[in-house]
Amino acid sequence: MKQPLLDMRDIVKSFSGVRALNGVSITLGEGEVLSVCGENGSGKSTLMKVLSGVWPYGSYEGEIYFQGKLIQANGIRDTEALGIVIIHQELALVQELSVMENIFLGNEIGSFARLNDEAMHHRASELLARVKLDIQPDTLVRELGVGQQQLVEIAKALNKNVKLLILDEPTSSLTSADIRILLNIVGELKAQGIACIYISHKLDEVLALSDWVAVIRDGDHIATKAASELTQHDIIAMMVGRQLEELFPREDHEIGEVVLRVNKATAIQAGAFRPQVDEVSFELHRGEILGIAGLIGSGRTELMQCLYGCYNGQYRASIELEGQTKQIRSQRSALAAGIAMVPEDRKRHGIVPIMSVGRNMTLSVLDNYKANHFSSVFGSVDEDKEYQDIEEYIARLKVKTASPELAIKHLSGGNQQKAIIAKCLLTHPKILILDEPTRGIDVGAKYEIYKLMYSLVKEGVSIIMVSSELPEVIGISDRVLVMHEGKLKGEFDHQGLTQEIIMNCAIKEGA
Amino acid sequence: MFIKIKTNQLQLFAMVAAILFIVVFFTVMTDGSFISPRNISNLLRQTAIVGVLAIGMVFVIVSAEIDLSVGSMMGLLGGIAAIFDVWFHFPIVLTILLTLGIGLLLGLFNGWWVAYQRVPSFIVTLAGMLAFRGVLVGFTDGVTVAPTSSAMSVIGQSYIPFSWGISVVSLLCLGLLARVYSRRKAKQQHGVRNQSAKFEYSKAIAMVVALLALVFILDHYRGIPTPILLMGGLIIILTYVAKRTAFGRRVYAIGGNIEATRMSGVNVERTKMLVFGLNGIMVAVAALILTSRLGAGSPAAGNMAELDAIAACVIGGTSLAGGVGTVFGAIMGALIMSSLDNGMSMLDVPTFWQLIVKGAILLLAVWLDVKTKKAR
Repeated sequence: MKQPLLDMRDIVKSFSGVRALNGVSITLGEGEVLSVCGENGSGKSTLMKVLSGVWPYGSYEGEIYFQGKLIQANGIRDTEALGIVIIHQELALVQELSVMENIFLGNEIGSFARLNDEAMHHRASELLARVKLDIQPDTLVRELGVGQQQLVEIAKALNKNVKLLILDEPTSSLTSADIRILLNIVGELKAQGIACIYISHKLDEVLALSDWVAVIRDGDHIATKAASELTQHDIIAMMVGRQLEELFPREDHEIGEVVLRVNKATAIQAGAFRPQVDEVSFELHRGEILGIAGLIGSGRTELMQCLYGCYNGQYRASIELEGQTKQIRSQRSALAAGIAMVPEDRKRHGIVPIMSVGRNMTLSVLDNYKANHFSSVFGSVDEDKEYQDIEEYIARLKVKTASPELAIKHLSGGNQQKAIIAKCLLTHPKILILDEPTRGIDVGAKYEIYKLMYSLVKEGVSIIMVSSELPEVIGISDRVLVMHEGKLKGEFDHQGLTQEIIMNCAIKEGA
Repeated sequence: MFIKIKTNQLQLFAMVAAILFIVVFFTVMTDGSFISPRNISNLLRQTAIVGVLAIGMVFVIVSAEIDLSVGSMMGLLGGIAAIFDVWFHFPIVLTILLTLGIGLLLGLFNGWWVAYQRVPSFIVTLAGMLAFRGVLVGFTDGVTVAPTSSAMSVIGQSYIPFSWGISVVSLLCLGLLARVYSRRKAKQQHGVRNQSAKFEYSKAIAMVVALLALVFILDHYRGIPTPILLMGGLIIILTYVAKRTAFGRRVYAIGGNIEATRMSGVNVERTKMLVFGLNGIMVAVAALILTSRLGAGSPAAGNMAELDAIAACVIGGTSLAGGVGTVFGAIMGALIMSSLDNGMSMLDVPTFWQLIVKGAILLLAVWLDVKTKKAR
């Protein structure tokens, strides 16, 4: 048998005790295309980071052989020198520099004192021709579309004499015309003997392009099979095929009348080629848990941002809350209307790290504790009253902290999340939005959060939960909406709902 | 919790130790004249202006912004106060109110550009630094506006009689002790762990002793200088604003994580603008003290004062990254800076050396802070 180009053997990678990769092995020959499939958070990106040297040799178990030699990379530069180049989902080009300058960034031709612009210009033209990009090398990158920028990235990789190209969800933000061009280029590189690892949720592309398909689930290598033997359905079944465990404490609760009616919510980011949220309409009932599923980039989070008034771009939505039309223009007006949100990115949008646990909890409702009303701005905080609330909610949500005065950054993720939920509950919301409420949280804390959600809906609060974890969506929600490329693609009752149904709905074009 | 107390204590001790070291050093070098009542009175009066500026600046820096315009703004406001007083003969109360009002407006103007127009505060206030100075020179035609009225000189040059001073300060000391006691009791009631009683009470008692000692020392000269009493009052009021009001809490939250604070429904823009407005009022107070002390409005007044104010905050433990800092610390920082100034002047150290030493101290203070934080 011919010696493979790449041979990854039993890769194990743990983050503070949690195994993200659990013995994954992958081999790949010259000029072959391998697709790696898996749900969000299954370990695909971690695997690519191990391969590309982001996690240095020694920080993982197992061995990687490239062209028969053991890789002992200390960073991404070392693997690039070997000819392994990764192109990330978020493009890493300097927008204000020209195409040529980007291609040669860090690999300039010429001496320290003087760059050889002519040589670079010549070489850049050759490289651009190879990726079929008909632009001048001195065009500024910011004048290019996303698809063209992707091709510039590939040209940059070719300049480094790439032997293995890793494309991480390259098409998630491309139009179908750009996708076709990109796939053609990959096909041609393949003919030139360049191997490619392709990461994508778009299974039609995966099947059209690859020789091999590897499926990863929860850090486990499920299987690697020849693409010709697989159907989209087979891949989905392998991706999600876990049994629902008794992780979800479903409790009976009454679902009441419609409290929220959202009509044609639309959100547009400047410069994007399609709306991030495209005329989405739905209803939410009193005491209901509404799950929202979809891939990253499907517009789930953006839809929630519209409801909470914090979308960064243009948006419009007609929102009817308990029969009254509401204008949600800011987080303040959302809270005033009775909508609270636990944001997806806890570190960036949730906690004020150096403030105490208690003060993080009361940040939204400081006005409630104003003792003397001589001024709305400088009114002092009645700390006794504040402490009472803090104590009550720490007990109710079982926040484990040595003291309410401890800076919140010292708490575990689960307890930080509970404190953020407490912050929302202190505003006494009618509608609570939870965006990825259990991300990065241990199983015990997850269970407590689920319990809390049921106790809230029993009190008449309505909950919208966005989650990438399908078992959670199915196990907790009463009803599930599925989004795809900004549009609402399906609505399902939790009864009889399976992960395959959701994935089919979330992935397939035009299904 | 343990770590937190430790570093709190450490920072406080470091600051007190630094001041003690400076005092002892200059006392020895000047054969004791550094701690003569007259010099202490002078030293404190010199501290008053930078101190008041630093109080306002702390709020700005805690909210993760910067204000480079305070020096020019102080010059401008001082000039305006002098013009009202010298040219128009306004009654002193009117002059004070107008100056404070204009200070507020100038501060809000800065804040509006920063908060609502999203121009970085460094740029907004750099522009102010140039423009305010220009307006001042334009108004005064580049000449000194003098002499100010005798009523004006009360603000910066008068002294409080001993009987008054001692009663105000004693009351203050009692209030301080009572406050520590009641806070501890309230915390106990709510089951919150207190810092060790020894630490809190010895801290309070040390402050009481220092305050009383100061009053008696100052009595040996002419009494408590009015600007010091003003600064003292502002320290108390603004410590209260920082620690106990919703506004203060929000300023710290904004500096700690502005996005999370916005997501919590706090009106981030308005709060930021008010921070600059508050700073403007502080600048106005400092400007009144300055004009009163000089007995004139000078076109060069307040030059580079913003740097002293920022340095005082930073030496006093305020983090330029935002979210951390206290009024008390900034005052201590101002005291360290003016002690150095004062001591070195008494020793006839050339001005250029004074600047070099102050620069070195600033660098050293922040370096130590970074080092100790990393060690954690």
